Amino acid sequence: MSEYRIQGMTGEWEVVVGLEVHAQVTSNSKLFSGAATAFGAEPNTQVSLVDAAMPGMLPVPNAECIRQAVRTGLAVGAQINKWSRFDRKNYFYADLPQGYQISQLYHPLVGEGEIEISLDDKNPEADVKRIGIERIHVEQDAGKLMHDQHPTMSYVDLNRSGVALMEIVSRPDIRSPVEAGAYLAKLRTILRYVGSCDGNMDQGSMRADVNVSVRRPGEELGTRTETKNVNSVRFVMAVVESEARRQVDLIEDGGRVVQETRLYDPDKNETRSMRSKEDAHDYRYFPDPDLLPLVLEDAFIEECRASLPELPDAKRHRYENALGLTPYAAGVLTADVETARWFEVLVAAAAEKAGKPEADLAKQASNWLISELFGALNKLGRSLEDSPVSPAGGAELLALIADGTISGSIAKQVLEKMLETGDSAAVIVEREGLKQTSDTGAIEAVIDKVLADNAAKVEEYKGGKEALFGFFVGQTMKAMQGKSNPQVVNELLRKKLG
Amino acid sequence: MTNITDLTVAAIRDGVAAGTFSAVEVAEAFNARVAAAQALNAFIVTTPDAALDAARKVDGMRAAGNALGKLAGVPIGMKDLFATRGVQTTAASHILEGFTPQYESTVSQKLWDAGAGMLGKLNLDQFAMGSSNETSYFGNVISPWRRSDGGNTAMAPGGSSGGSSAAIAARLCPAATGTDTGGSIRQPAAFTGISGIKPTYGRCSRWGIVAFASSLDQAGPMARDVRDCAIMLEVMAGFDPKDSTSLDLAVPAWEAGLNGDMKGKKVGIPKEYRVDGLDADVAKSWDDGIAWLKDAGAEIVEISLPHTKYALPAYYIIAPAEASSNLARYDGVRYGLRDLPDGANLQDMYAATRAAGFGAEVKRRILIGTYVLSAGFYDAYYTQAQKVRTLIARDFELAFQHCDVILAPTAPTAAFGLGEKSADPLAMYLNDVFAVPASLAGLPAMSVPAGLNREGLPLGLQIVGRPFDEQGVLNAGLAIEARAGFTAKPEQWW
Amino acid sequence: MSVDTATVAKIASLARLKVSAGELEAMVPELNGILAWVEQLGEVDVTGVEPMTAVIPNTLRLRADVINADPLTGGDVRDAVLANAPAAEHGFFGVPKVIE
Ligand SMILES: [Mg+2]
Ligand SMILES: [Zn+2]
Repeated sequence: MSEYRIQGMTGEWEVVVGLEVHAQVTSNSKLFSGAATAFGAEPNTQVSLVDAAMPGMLPVPNAECIRQAVRTGLAVGAQINKWSRFDRKNYFYADLPQGYQISQLYHPLVGEGEIEISLDDKNPEADVKRIGIERIHVEQDAGKLMHDQHPTMSYVDLNRSGVALMEIVSRPDIRSPVEAGAYLAKLRTILRYVGSCDGNMDQGSMRADVNVSVRRPGEELGTRTETKNVNSVRFVMAVVESEARRQVDLIEDGGRVVQETRLYDPDKNETRSMRSKEDAHDYRYFPDPDLLPLVLEDAFIEECRASLPELPDAKRHRYENALGLTPYAAGVLTADVETARWFEVLVAAAAEKAGKPEADLAKQASNWLISELFGALNKLGRSLEDSPVSPAGGAELLALIADGTISGSIAKQVLEKMLETGDSAAVIVEREGLKQTSDTGAIEAVIDKVLADNAAKVEEYKGGKEALFGFFVGQTMKAMQGKSNPQVVNELLRKKLG
Repeated sequence: MTNITDLTVAAIRDGVAAGTFSAVEVAEAFNARVAAAQALNAFIVTTPDAALDAARKVDGMRAAGNALGKLAGVPIGMKDLFATRGVQTTAASHILEGFTPQYESTVSQKLWDAGAGMLGKLNLDQFAMGSSNETSYFGNVISPWRRSDGGNTAMAPGGSSGGSSAAIAARLCPAATGTDTGGSIRQPAAFTGISGIKPTYGRCSRWGIVAFASSLDQAGPMARDVRDCAIMLEVMAGFDPKDSTSLDLAVPAWEAGLNGDMKGKKVGIPKEYRVDGLDADVAKSWDDGIAWLKDAGAEIVEISLPHTKYALPAYYIIAPAEASSNLARYDGVRYGLRDLPDGANLQDMYAATRAAGFGAEVKRRILIGTYVLSAGFYDAYYTQAQKVRTLIARDFELAFQHCDVILAPTAPTAAFGLGEKSADPLAMYLNDVFAVPASLAGLPAMSVPAGLNREGLPLGLQIVGRPFDEQGVLNAGLAIEARAGFTAKPEQWW
Repeated sequence: MSVDTATVAKIASLARLKVSAGELEAMVPELNGILAWVEQLGEVDVTGVEPMTAVIPNTLRLRADVINADPLTGGDVRDAVLANAPAAEHGFFGVPKVIE
């Protein structure tokens, strides 16, 4: 593992990063009320009297939000606190109707856990690091302010007010922009596997507060700043890089880092201070007297555990060990739960068609998915989730290659047509006459012609220039418009050339 | 026939059911009496039409031969801390003036569902903060009682449920809702010669009641006698899934269970309540109470509640802390008063609105609460107070190993004159010294009239019971009621 | 612990209560009186005592994740939510413009 160092005028600096990620919990209704959580509704329609903090309204927690937070905790190997409770964080703002956010400070639902990140995409096993999770707590989201609809007023929409969030707090174990990015990406992967958050960063379902400080390698921690609400992996990396650089420059210029809240400006790629109010830090946390202690039964926790799917690391290892995939391929295929699901359906269908164990077909399926389908979809600007080709359709195509009906190169054409037309591989092959021939007579005739037309090269080959073999194969395939079985071509050529 | 407005809840209910009089007759009688009592300032708004509508419905149901609810034909007063759909709900604060809830509190809904009608919204101390009803934005409530010295000093009806206590004592309504955070049902009941019970914390839903201090607030009935309290409480109590602190327990048939025979019961007398300089009349009424319960067959035992002295200071940390947070929602954004000075930004608007909207006592408690929760002070004040609260609850737990109910005075004195204590917040707070411990421990507690002091003012006795044992409290109250023979009522001067 | 004018001003600002200089002066002794009185709690030995969390032994109930299961605590009630608003416009609550 190469260590990330910032080169200052006075020497090297180390960056220390911790992330507080707010992830919206997947639930139908809000954390403490029955109003819906769906994204994009008309303003203030998904607001209950509770969310609007009408006098006398009271919170009643949503079981599903608690369950999803516990499942998330279990997925990162964390300790689940069987006794937790909600606290109020008091401050005044127009997007906070109660005048306090219900959160958990003193007794969070989930305690310490950890996440393993891979720092080498080519080989996810080669360079791994563990990032500690300090805690996960459950809290309410705030509403939204709109500033550009009226000359003198801001408008308040409380649709998000009271939506459940998990705040996932890492330990300050992150030491570089790459690690920060890998951590956030891995966390997103896990949340999507667990199903506790949809991970839609552009809709605000996940956002990170990035705590950054710098120090001389190995020395005491420096003063940190917190850059709020960073909403992509790329931006998180940029924040770490630019904020660390800013701090180093500041210190080396004789300045001091102040503990403060900052905002990231992606256009300028820099962070700037949010003018902090002098009392901004006195949140007067205390246990919410409207809510009793949350006590979890062992059975509830065990149910949560039993409901967890195979998690990304376990799946990656299984793909390597049981399916024989390369670490790289296993890493790519398990990076997102939808990709893995797609791949598994593909392999199962291919195995069924071939009447062979999955392990025999996994490699071919993996190669095709990663190098063919991803490439083709990429060109179309589409993702696997809205791919016109289904896993079953892919399996059919793979079967046609496996049984020699078409060659690999023809398969590329067939895939393109599939994406274009939505027709099945078999239909396309039939309609376009793309079946490859294994008819030795026909192939032999073509080979004879190729060898006759290139007598000089034949002589060179026989004189020892064996590299020319590929040339003869290519010429033959070309003459047959790719529709000859390459294996048969190879065999016949070797025989003829002696 | 006796005057309808002198009848108890039970008598009105039974009379309506029997057809002795119609519900509309009852509503009209009380509406008229309410209208004629404006000098008491017991109501912030009156709702005579609501009372009549409910009465007509009951009469219609009876005519159709339908079963009637437990409070069919009984018009009541609603403390203006309960949200009532379509009827202004203010908590007696300027900041909520004009606020018209689009929802009905759980407790008031239960009362309407049982056939009760609403005479109006009763005045109270602002946000239920006070013990004399002098902190209301809508003016003081004046007790119908006067000293027997022939003077006309306006007396405090107690607080915070002072509109409720005054209205019942003056026969403006047979019963009313109250809420009790640190004595706000019991102390005004004692001051006005009526009964009131604060049930176990969690018995009555808090949903739709303007919050003061969530861990203490509890609704309860106020009425003229113990039976009426039992009838009302049966309707008001019950599990509400909308309140996380609501107790998921069936509501006992308290009225049917009333029994003043105290044989086999032990009554605890807490020695720490016999404070130095205890008012002589109060001390005497306490002794009377002991004698009456003995006469009813109870065994009297001395008990100790060693942390009693610390209950009031603990309360004045915990309640303001919770209040400072509960009242943060009154910010001029979504409802209520908005004060937007020229050029004010959002935070200026908050500060201006809250300065204009809250009264002095409310501000005082918000400041205390904000201070004790602020950085560096939280543990010394709030955590310490919650630990002391644990000790106070433990005191009761241990005491209840030796007795079934506890008997004590409700308040250290009888009613005082309006203005006599309002200059000194601490002197006012001390009024609740006997009421607050049961609140901190969440226990059922009631006040029943015990007689008059030498000035002709009512005194109350307090019974505190084990968690969930409202029946035991009501029964001890009934035993006292039967022997106290309290029939005094304020002479009508208004 | 006692408070001075500056502290009371700071608390008032935290609590978003505008107070005049005169009010501030009056509040200082009043609050100090109350604080001095509550400080007697410090005498109590609370070694090993847990702060109270639930006055009647009871734990938190959780509700099922159903949208608008109870209309009283569900959404789709915009009119009711905005009915009392001092400034409701186009379905929003209006507040003085905030510069973030
Ligand atoms: Mg944060
Ligand atoms: Zn948070």
